[in-house]
Amino acid sequence: MSNLLKWEKGGLKSPNARARGLGSAKSGVNHWMMQRITAVGNLILGLWLIYSLVTMASFTYTDAVLWISAPINAVFMMLFIITTFYHAVLGSQVVIEDYVHNEAFKIIKLLGQRLVFFAMAVACIFSILQVAL
Amino acid sequence: MFMNDTPIKKERPLSPHLQIYKPQITSISSILHRLTGVALTLGLFLVTWGLIALADGRDSFEFFIDFCASTLGQIMLIGWSGAFFYHMCTGLRHFVLDAGFLYEKKNTAISGFAVIGIAIVLTLATWIYIYRAMIFGGATA
Repeated sequence: MSNLLKWEKGGLKSPNARARGLGSAKSGVNHWMMQRITAVGNLILGLWLIYSLVTMASFTYTDAVLWISAPINAVFMMLFIITTFYHAVLGSQVVIEDYVHNEAFKIIKLLGQRLVFFAMAVACIFSILQVAL
Repeated sequence: MFMNDTPIKKERPLSPHLQIYKPQITSISSILHRLTGVALTLGLFLVTWGLIALADGRDSFEFFIDFCASTLGQIMLIGWSGAFFYHMCTGLRHFVLDAGFLYEKKNTAISGFAVIGIAIVLTLATWIYIYRAMIFGGATA
């Protein structure tokens, strides 16, 4: 038990709570961990998207439809949407928590940004599927 | 209650009170990381517009591409790519910090400046590649 942090030795946390990593935030390190996991996704998929766009021969409607109809591009594009929107939700949550001090307004903004980003991500994925399939 | 029942409403200092800090590379890189993150989030609206336009049909997509090719669109795309590269580089720096390195004062400063430099080089390289025909003459992309 010597590797415990000082505040964890006091017996204020049950062994179960400690095992699940639950502190005062009640969600453990989930936010932190998901931010890192989606960051790796953004790194790979963002570089892929920039490379794809930069090396694209032209931006006509026909070319764009052809490009996104290729399964690899459609799948990567949907993954890009999922990781970026997830990461954006987590990031803007922190920004709102830091700068919005009115409790009611904060809750409305946190709920609102989740709903808007979720709706946008679904619209993006639906659009990709509609063109690709 | 000892004296009276009305709690004293005291103005507490709020966390990011920037005005009392002297700007340093550590704070600048942190603020820029957050600013570029917000910029990239706004960029997602452009991504969403593009994908919906593509699904909507030829006219909508051509309107979107015309906007991207306009001066305002190009400025937004250059800014967005710059924000992406900067946020990517500071993000990678964050991973190194998470692992417990770069906490020496000197190393924090060096990596902070390095991140800004690398981001500028990557952004310039990307747009020189895109505009190379316009810059150097030669064949179009």
